[in-house]
Amino acid sequence: MSHEGTLLIIIALLPFVGALVPGVMIRAGRTACAWFTAVPTALALIMLLILAPDVMRGEVIQAELQWMPQLGLSASFFLDGLGLLFACMITGVGLLIILYARFYLSGDDPMGQFYTYLLLFQGAMLGIVLSDNILLLLIFWELTSLSSFLLIGYWKHLPEGRQGAKMALTVTGAGGLAMIAGMLILGNIVGSYNLTDILQAGDQIKASEWYLPALILILLGVFTKSAQFPFHFWLPHAMAAPTPVSAYLHSATMVKAGVFLMARMWPALAGTDAWFYIVATTGLITMVMGALIALFKDDLKALLAFSTVSHLGLLTMLLGFGTQAAAVAAVFHIINHLTFKAALFMTAGIIDHEAHTRDIKRLGGLRHLMPITFLIGTVAALSMAGIPLFNGFLSKEMMLEEASHTKWLDSYYVVPVLATFGALLSVAYSFRFISHVFLGPVRDDYPSNPHDPPAGMWLAPALLCTLVIVIGVAPFLADGIVRAAASAVTGAELDPHLKIWHGVTPALWMSIIAVLGGLVLLLLHRPLDKAWIATPRPEAKAIFDALIMSVVALMRRITDATHNGAISRYLAIFTVASVALGWIAYSGSGLSAPTRELLPVPIVIAVGWVMLVVATVSVVVMHHHRFRALVLIGIIGLSISAGFVYLSAPDLALTQISVETVTIMLLLLALHFLPKVTPAESSGAMRFRDGIIALAAGGGVGALAYAFLMRDIETISDYHIANSYEGGGGTNVVNVILVDFRGYDTFGEIIVLGIAGLVIYALMHALLDGPAARRLKNTDYTQDRSRDRHPLMMVVVTRVLMPIAVVVGIYIFLRGHNQPGGGFVAGLVIAIALLMQYMASGFAWTQERKKIEYHTMIGLGVVIAALTGVGSWLAGRPFLTSAYTYVHLPPIEEFELATAMLFDLGVFLTVLGAVMLMLYSLSRIARSAGETVNEAAMDYDPGEHVEDAKGGT
Amino acid sequence: MIEYALFFAAICYGVALLMDLWRIAVGPNAADRILALDTMVINVIALLVLYGVWRGTAIYFEAAMLVAMVGFVSTVAYCRFLLRGDIIE
Repeated sequence: MSHEGTLLIIIALLPFVGALVPGVMIRAGRTACAWFTAVPTALALIMLLILAPDVMRGEVIQAELQWMPQLGLSASFFLDGLGLLFACMITGVGLLIILYARFYLSGDDPMGQFYTYLLLFQGAMLGIVLSDNILLLLIFWELTSLSSFLLIGYWKHLPEGRQGAKMALTVTGAGGLAMIAGMLILGNIVGSYNLTDILQAGDQIKASEWYLPALILILLGVFTKSAQFPFHFWLPHAMAAPTPVSAYLHSATMVKAGVFLMARMWPALAGTDAWFYIVATTGLITMVMGALIALFKDDLKALLAFSTVSHLGLLTMLLGFGTQAAAVAAVFHIINHLTFKAALFMTAGIIDHEAHTRDIKRLGGLRHLMPITFLIGTVAALSMAGIPLFNGFLSKEMMLEEASHTKWLDSYYVVPVLATFGALLSVAYSFRFISHVFLGPVRDDYPSNPHDPPAGMWLAPALLCTLVIVIGVAPFLADGIVRAAASAVTGAELDPHLKIWHGVTPALWMSIIAVLGGLVLLLLHRPLDKAWIATPRPEAKAIFDALIMSVVALMRRITDATHNGAISRYLAIFTVASVALGWIAYSGSGLSAPTRELLPVPIVIAVGWVMLVVATVSVVVMHHHRFRALVLIGIIGLSISAGFVYLSAPDLALTQISVETVTIMLLLLALHFLPKVTPAESSGAMRFRDGIIALAAGGGVGALAYAFLMRDIETISDYHIANSYEGGGGTNVVNVILVDFRGYDTFGEIIVLGIAGLVIYALMHALLDGPAARRLKNTDYTQDRSRDRHPLMMVVVTRVLMPIAVVVGIYIFLRGHNQPGGGFVAGLVIAIALLMQYMASGFAWTQERKKIEYHTMIGLGVVIAALTGVGSWLAGRPFLTSAYTYVHLPPIEEFELATAMLFDLGVFLTVLGAVMLMLYSLSRIARSAGETVNEAAMDYDPGEHVEDAKGGT
Repeated sequence: MIEYALFFAAICYGVALLMDLWRIAVGPNAADRILALDTMVINVIALLVLYGVWRGTAIYFEAAMLVAMVGFVSTVAYCRFLLRGDIIE
């Protein structure tokens, strides 16, 4: 990667790395915190400026890191003129905002958090403008939605702040979802997710039949983000944020992201009728409507917010025109709007900060009290109005010029007239901003005593105002960046010359009409305002809230209907859905003719079948008697295990037998504290319905198994069998599948098993502290039982069985790789061996002899399995690749050592630990119910008494 | 010859299994059922061994051994449940 490319990646990462710092640095003071936020931002800006000369010459700097090439996802960045313009705006204004916020935020606001959010947001924005991969771009796009949510809702104590943040997230997030779909379609048309490829495939995209859906979906994302009609309503509500946030998000960054994307996608999407009518019309409506509402807003920030909506509409309209000159105008206006709007927001913030109100009706006459603020505010507002010698004038002239020769449907008048009207309204509200806030007599009823703020607060807007005037007077200074950016937008070499005087053009006349009309409108403001207030208008927030409420209500109804807390309902839904899917699949194409013959049924197998059927039916009939049902389940387990043996699946048989036993013990432990008979709770109709479902499901599974067994179907098993010894070093395919082919699954499963064990332990802990414990203590479980607690015979037999069982366990474990067995079965066998001791000699006696905690055992197992997997990284292979070798130690035969065995050891330990922990947890109930424990190994130890007898004689 | 012997033995154990099943179904008490289940386990072990003999492989004997071991444990658990209620005291 080139030196420049590396720089580019550093630029993209810097804000995210920097975001970690302010939250910590706040302990060193507020100023230090601001410095540490400014440093990464400034560094990014400096690096951008280093790259700038190359980009201005027309070079495109690229950098790529492979991420997930299979998905077409790479972390690739590129920097062209457009990217450079936006990146400089984001970092440059970012710096000013950091300075401004340092003085704006009060001592009660957590400043570290603020700066962290700000850098996160800045990083996300930079990511959008620098991404060369649309999937990556989408990720950053969503990140801006999330981080702006944090920023807008920064004042958590204000309900407006929280609601505004939620609304912004909902609207922009929903738009983002639509855009993901649109981008995926786009990537599909082009066959690449790389932006540079997509931009060159404009003709292919426009010719595609998927062009319109993709366009609409992408525009949904863009319009929601850039607050275009009818999604404009979230932006004014987001004004509940602190002013630095508004100034940053809503002038230079967040809402410009939509405009940026339209500019970015311009070569790929623009130029068609669909583009023109959707984009230009939306822009036009938004421009006029936003300006109209802005005129009648009394809250300074709301006025600016709607003015932003209006200017975004202007930009959208220009991009919608689809001509190169309009694109140049759009790029230029992006710069100009940024300078004056950020300055105006900061001015509004200063006024709010000093006068403690933003209500225009309570302000006026501030020019004497706040001369510096007055100067800044006036310059910026005049630029917004489009008065000559300020930069707003230049781009507005270009916009009007473009509008003057744009035909909409068949009319030559619609666009010019509406554009002039929009400009007129814009003049009116800009002048209103100046005259109603600063001009007029000084009042004596300000909520506070307004005066100019410290330099730290007015420095940033003053700097922006200088830019406003410099560009306004000497527009050729901006030639270079506008050329680079506009060329990048249009994909053609443009050479625009920005100048103040274009001669007497239609645009000039339109401008003059706008300024004069705006002045007239301002004079008439009072009666117009009354009329405006009297007119009923749809309130966007109310509509939005009602919409959200109805969606929530609908979802709640659906959730409550499907999710009522009864497991029978879930099972019914799940089962019916599965059966229906199976039926659909079957009725689709039917089945091929069977390729196998039915096998003969030996008599003994028929007996096994009868046992299975009778036991199953009996469980259904007798399940109210829980103990009887348990015995019947024992038959089923036994029959199935024997069936596995008969059908050549000894591994399954071993596992089934062991699991069966452990399950029976768990159920018996629990059953002791449960009623022995369950009441009949379902009505006859329900039982009938459930019976039908059960029969359908059972019949379906049976039919499926029958269909598969009757046909030769190629399955993955063939691959496993062929590669088990070659790849996994074992001849027992089942075990090799578990520890090698699908080792990752097994790894996940043992973790789940471990977690299940721990959760049962924790639940029991909580249960025994709760009301259930009281109920337990008040119930007598000890009536009428055998006086033999730990009978001698049983203790002796289990002690004898213990070493045998352990040897069996070790044997099964060791040979598992090549013969039936493995860590899972071995774990269960050892667990059963230990359980025998618990049953024979009681809990206390056995527990005393336990050396390792079961929790530790689970952890150890998972760690060993994980380390085995990681070990293969050291050999440069993927996670859990197994290796094996043959070892010859003299007294023993040659044997195989495989890393898979180590992994199996992890499985073994986890299984053992989890099973023991579960049984241990359940048996704790008894002691909490007031049962006593036995310290001795057995009720009556003849050994001790013989000694006594001897001593006595 | 061994074929006939195996067949005869298998039929006997099969019949025994059905009789166990009958006992478990009708009871009359829990001890009868546990005893019948235990007998059933023993019959299954016998069938597994017979099957191994018939197929001429030792691989099924381990299953038989494991069934024997855990069958015993299950029976003990059932019995302790009846006698003491709590199987791990």
